[in-house]
Amino acid sequence: MTLTLAPIDTELLAGRHGEAAAFAMRLLVKFAEAMGAPGFLDIVGAHIDGCLYHGQVSLDFVEHAVRLKGRVRVPTTLNVGSMDLIHPELYRGPEKLATDGARVMRAHEELGCMPTFTCAPYQTMFKPRFGEQIAWAESNAIVFANSVIGARTNRYGDFLDLACALTGRAPAYGLHLTENRRATQLFRIVETPFDDTERTAIAIGALIGAEAGTSIAAIDGLSPATTEDDLKGLGAAAASAGAVAMFHAVGLTPEAPTLEAATQGIAPTVVRTVTAPDLRASLARLSTASDGAVLTAVSLGTPHFSPAQFAKLLPLLTASPPRTPFYVNTNRQTHDALEASGAAATLRTLGVTLIVDTCAYLMTEVVGLKGSVMTNSGKMAWYAPGNLGADIAFGSLAECVASAAAGEVVRL
Amino acid sequence: MKTLMRIDAITLVSGTARGDVFALGEPLSFWGGFDAVTGAVTDHRHPDRGASLSGRIVAVASARGSSSGASVLAEAIRLGTAPAAFVLSTRDAILTVGAQVAVELYGKACPIVLVMDADLARVRAARSAVVTTAGARATIDMA
Repeated sequence: MTLTLAPIDTELLAGRHGEAAAFAMRLLVKFAEAMGAPGFLDIVGAHIDGCLYHGQVSLDFVEHAVRLKGRVRVPTTLNVGSMDLIHPELYRGPEKLATDGARVMRAHEELGCMPTFTCAPYQTMFKPRFGEQIAWAESNAIVFANSVIGARTNRYGDFLDLACALTGRAPAYGLHLTENRRATQLFRIVETPFDDTERTAIAIGALIGAEAGTSIAAIDGLSPATTEDDLKGLGAAAASAGAVAMFHAVGLTPEAPTLEAATQGIAPTVVRTVTAPDLRASLARLSTASDGAVLTAVSLGTPHFSPAQFAKLLPLLTASPPRTPFYVNTNRQTHDALEASGAAATLRTLGVTLIVDTCAYLMTEVVGLKGSVMTNSGKMAWYAPGNLGADIAFGSLAECVASAAAGEVVRL
Repeated sequence: MKTLMRIDAITLVSGTARGDVFALGEPLSFWGGFDAVTGAVTDHRHPDRGASLSGRIVAVASARGSSSGASVLAEAIRLGTAPAAFVLSTRDAILTVGAQVAVELYGKACPIVLVMDADLARVRAARSAVVTTAGARATIDMA
């Protein structure tokens, strides 16, 4: 397939919008050719994961764009970085990594990116709207944007996210196009063993991640009481256990008012009946620590905790304060609101450490997440054993609070 | 080198390279499966675990896995531990982006060319190869 360039693409390549945009456009052309995309489309926003330091090349890439006087052409948010810039004293890792990691974050700000430093940009004022074309990185954010909001993005990653932001263009292929957004697999929940929507959501998320892989699944049978935070956790679990970029929850997500709409009227190639034992087994696979194991810490907020989640957490903790270290990751905006309302002070008094701009799970030296750690995050549970070398116990929010108070894994 | 066979290819990333052919046993995720410092395959489940890809003409259908593989390849090209070139039978976006970034940032080329499935098998059977690109067209001379 040949790539057709619009006048704006030619202008960008010719350097009419600056050398940084030309550099970014050259990269996008290479990528579009490799993907067989027929052309490019306009985007209204970008979310960049490149502020997480992967090595010298991460720094060189963004510094090159800064040297070329690059400016992002659309509103652009930044993912978590390697550092908590609000609480730098928490960091105890190697100096070089701290300096370079912080520089990568600052350099993106010099390009005009918003210093959101969150893996949940959909919880900021930059939340996209239904149908908007965007270029997002960060697996959980991609799933949320496509599935829960109905905005349109492919799984962008290294270099391409910033290239899209510097040009305001994205290759016109994949999930940017309506016909590629239909569910090809159906997961029909006939029964759940859990009395809360939170655990059901994480269990089905981990299941579609493991079984649907890169395909789009329609989930039928989720409770109408399922919250946006439940769907956030579902998507994050699915994107961790598999390369899921989008799902439909029939009756809950905007492109799936009906099963017919989710599948665009084409019969799914896979129909999976999901039973209570399936969901119980899916959730059990997320725990490597046994019930009753002594806890080193509890960590919540992977992806970043929302105001609604804090509103649920606070009364639970007030009723039974934690005995173990208790970390909650969130973004700056939510953190500021908690400070303003006095909730942050209350949480600190109760023994909670708030982590901003990053994630406890990226700051292992800081928080010493070894031994057995408990979380209500399917994503953290999936990655912690391999990436942190920690044992993990997955539990509902209520189970996490009860376990922190008891000092050991408690099931409710 | 005595040329035994010449194959036509399509350029994904420009450059010229010469080296021994390494036929990867299966597609590799460069993120988490390849060490940019040593140039070795580190994926525990990969049949070529421990093998060095540095300076080789790597012949494989495609890469796989995380898009962070682009960073790992670019970092390896920067460090001089990367393969000399890739001969693929699939348009692989991760490797293409990583190699193009290295051209832009460091002026270091790791050419990537695309061939038909049948030709990939011929390259994989060869001992050594020279990859030459000229615009959109490329050639592979094998011995």
